[in-house]
Amino acid sequence: MDFILALVLQIIYGIANLALIGLGLAIIFGMMRVINLAHGEFLMLGGYTVVVSTNLSANIWIAMLVLAPVVVGIVGVIVERLLIRFLYGRTVDTLLATWGLSLLLVGLVTAIFGPQTATTISAPIGAIEIGAYASSGYELFLILLTLAVFGAVYAVLRYTKLGLLARGTMQRADIAATLGVSTSRIYMITFGLGSAVAGLAGGVLAPITGVVPTIGATYIAKAFITVISGGTAILAGTAAAASLLGAMNGIVTFLTGPTVGEVALLGAAIILLRLMPSGITGRFFRRSL
Amino acid sequence: MRQEVVVQTRDLSMRFGGVVANDRVNFDLYAGELRCLIGPNGAGKSTFFKCLTGQLKPSEGVVMIREEDTTGYDPHEVAQLGVGIKTQIPNVFDGLTVEENVQLSCRRWHDARRTQVLTAETLERVRLGDIRKRTVGTLAHGQRQWVELAMVMTAQPWLVLLDEPAAGMTDEETVFTADLIREINKTASMIIVEHDMNFIRSIANKVTVFHRGAILIEDTMDVISADPVVREVYLGHKH
Amino acid sequence: MRQRRENIALVALGIVGLVVMLGGPHVLQLFTIINLTTAIGLAVLALSLGLVWGHGGILCFGQTAFFGTGAYVYAVAAQSFGGTTGAALLAIAAAAAVAAILGYFMFYGRISDVYLGVITLTVTLIFFNLLRRTSGPEYKIGSALLGGFNGTTAPPLTLPWDSNAVLFPQQVFYVAMGALIIAYFGCVWLSRSHFGRVCVAIRENEIRAELLGYDARLYKLGLFTVGGGLAGLAGILIANGIGRVTPDLFNLSYAAQAIIWVIVGGRGTLIGPVLGAFTIFWLTSWLGTQSHFNINIVLGIVMILFVLLLPRGVVPALIDLVDRWTRRKMNQRERMRARRRTGRRAMQQAE
Repeated sequence: MDFILALVLQIIYGIANLALIGLGLAIIFGMMRVINLAHGEFLMLGGYTVVVSTNLSANIWIAMLVLAPVVVGIVGVIVERLLIRFLYGRTVDTLLATWGLSLLLVGLVTAIFGPQTATTISAPIGAIEIGAYASSGYELFLILLTLAVFGAVYAVLRYTKLGLLARGTMQRADIAATLGVSTSRIYMITFGLGSAVAGLAGGVLAPITGVVPTIGATYIAKAFITVISGGTAILAGTAAAASLLGAMNGIVTFLTGPTVGEVALLGAAIILLRLMPSGITGRFFRRSL
Repeated sequence: MRQEVVVQTRDLSMRFGGVVANDRVNFDLYAGELRCLIGPNGAGKSTFFKCLTGQLKPSEGVVMIREEDTTGYDPHEVAQLGVGIKTQIPNVFDGLTVEENVQLSCRRWHDARRTQVLTAETLERVRLGDIRKRTVGTLAHGQRQWVELAMVMTAQPWLVLLDEPAAGMTDEETVFTADLIREINKTASMIIVEHDMNFIRSIANKVTVFHRGAILIEDTMDVISADPVVREVYLGHKH
Repeated sequence: MRQRRENIALVALGIVGLVVMLGGPHVLQLFTIINLTTAIGLAVLALSLGLVWGHGGILCFGQTAFFGTGAYVYAVAAQSFGGTTGAALLAIAAAAAVAAILGYFMFYGRISDVYLGVITLTVTLIFFNLLRRTSGPEYKIGSALLGGFNGTTAPPLTLPWDSNAVLFPQQVFYVAMGALIIAYFGCVWLSRSHFGRVCVAIRENEIRAELLGYDARLYKLGLFTVGGGLAGLAGILIANGIGRVTPDLFNLSYAAQAIIWVIVGGRGTLIGPVLGAFTIFWLTSWLGTQSHFNINIVLGIVMILFVLLLPRGVVPALIDLVDRWTRRKMNQRERMRARRRTGRRAMQQAE
């Protein structure tokens, strides 16, 4: 019984992991149809922010939950103003430019910090016991955090004025513009928000994955796949795709090991896209957030 | 005299979510006919058209072209039956020349040498010979429509489906287009979706009026234009 | 007119290619020759993407999937059989087969654009991840240990009629350069054929192509398969150039570089990506020898600048410049002639 509980916790953690790393990308993709291939590097920057600030004696919780999102959010706004802004509507070009940006960021971080980090940080929460099995308390925290972040984003989109403007711009930017909304500012804020969420995700995952300049590569594939499979509904899509793919990955990993598990995840995504070329929320839950 | 039915739909319905764009349409086209489909905006003419060409898969019902059940066929499968199709917005190869556009259509049915000959003939017929080397994307709207018409004609189809061939044309251009269509009708059965009443009068004998996704009435242009129900439908009085 | 100018350019390219091929080993050092063989492998990969993306409009992010497949199949088969001819043919066939299967899956599922890019990228990443975990002794095909992230050796090419006669690096260079020239002109021929023209039509307006009766899925599948086979050939060449095949051939870095070559060289021509590959290879090699500039920073900036400023690439931009220059010359000549004519008339009237 405890074993099943521990296993279920593992699988749910896998789902939460996918959802968390995908959310930042989903916000940007769902809002502006921009696919930010530098998303993995934004996660990486969040991790580096945590490492650097804890080295400067900052509290780890503040570093992860406040500093990381703020720093990467600012980076996101800068990137939007200097690069993305000129490429709206040009999906392929945005893809290529952000790919270039990702290479650039990896290069810069390697040049400044070197190819390996000097310190790793340990998870601030230790193991908890479920019967005879020791599960990671930190993983439990991450599951709860993911739910909280999704809830917060939902609240902002649904109940705030900014959220309303954002949703309007997302559906019909031209009409929003005629109503006096500065779509340019909305895009900038949205990109910043998506980047901040990415920074947060990277920050809280730093104790688990370690922080090296190239960590972005392991994130981007999964985030990309989750978001595209999910479709354009930001929250529903990411949650649905993360659940399906994460469950697939978790179950297969449990049965055969991580290698085949990862193949299963990627394979499931391909099949998903084959059946629903516009993502899950292109077919189901179409009107949801 | 029993004439051959070349296009037939039975209980053809097309639904988009909650909207019923075509409602159990029963339609027959006889060999050699030139039928015009008219109706106010949103009546379902173009939806019906796309169900015939394979651009849409009907929600229900059957489409038959010459005894063959073509319901749910892909556009290229319909075209391969010998059907020439011109869409509402001109679908041409903007980056290629006029000549290359027509050649591509002709080459589908003939070898390279015959294509050279037929392409030149078609370009002359449609009076595009002078601009054969121009890139289609640079042409005026009316000329682009003619390029598309030339592409249809050069394949020598037995059935021709045209969606708004005279849209956006000047009066002069419309007259020439009507000539071309009458010429095509000598060797092909035709279905044409149109809005321009004078244009229709100059080419059609039988007209099918669409309204709210179904066929309202089918008769000659004279009868249709005198019909009070049709008038109301177009002028928007209460029905 | 345009065709004739293109033909002249093609003849010129052919001559340059032959000169490099025959003259190279006599003029260049051995180390450079071996390096060039690697570069040629990358150039053929660029050519394959130029065919699939530039000519066919199919945005494939994972061309490396077929590239790596070709390399690995070649290495494993060459280690297991005696000579390399069979291995090479098998490698190309395998790469083409993988492309055909993936292509069937995607094109007949009407998957296009961005989503196609995602799927192809995913596939190459799957291969990368799978092969990286093949370190143990149980991962053996034929006589070849797959070797995980260290990879496995790639035996050099042998003469087709004598499997014991291993080719020297200079001779491998001949084969590589020859393969590039043949592949390039083969692609040019293909692009000018009816098949190639239909592919262009599909790229321009897929709906119209289908309405003319062309099954777009079939043409895209065909082009994609040819591109896959070409990428497989590129894999064989790079295996010979480096001497080893590793999972890195499937990774994001190579996949990105392939895209960069086509962006830099331009999608409008087939020679553009080839030249782009040689240029970037030279750039990255030069950067590797000095530590001031980080490769990623340079490549990243190159990619961003090209997308923002020269989205069509260098070769089409150059062709534009030449076009404008010749047109200006022609206009000048016309104006001179017109002036002379009016001048002559004025003199006649005066008499």
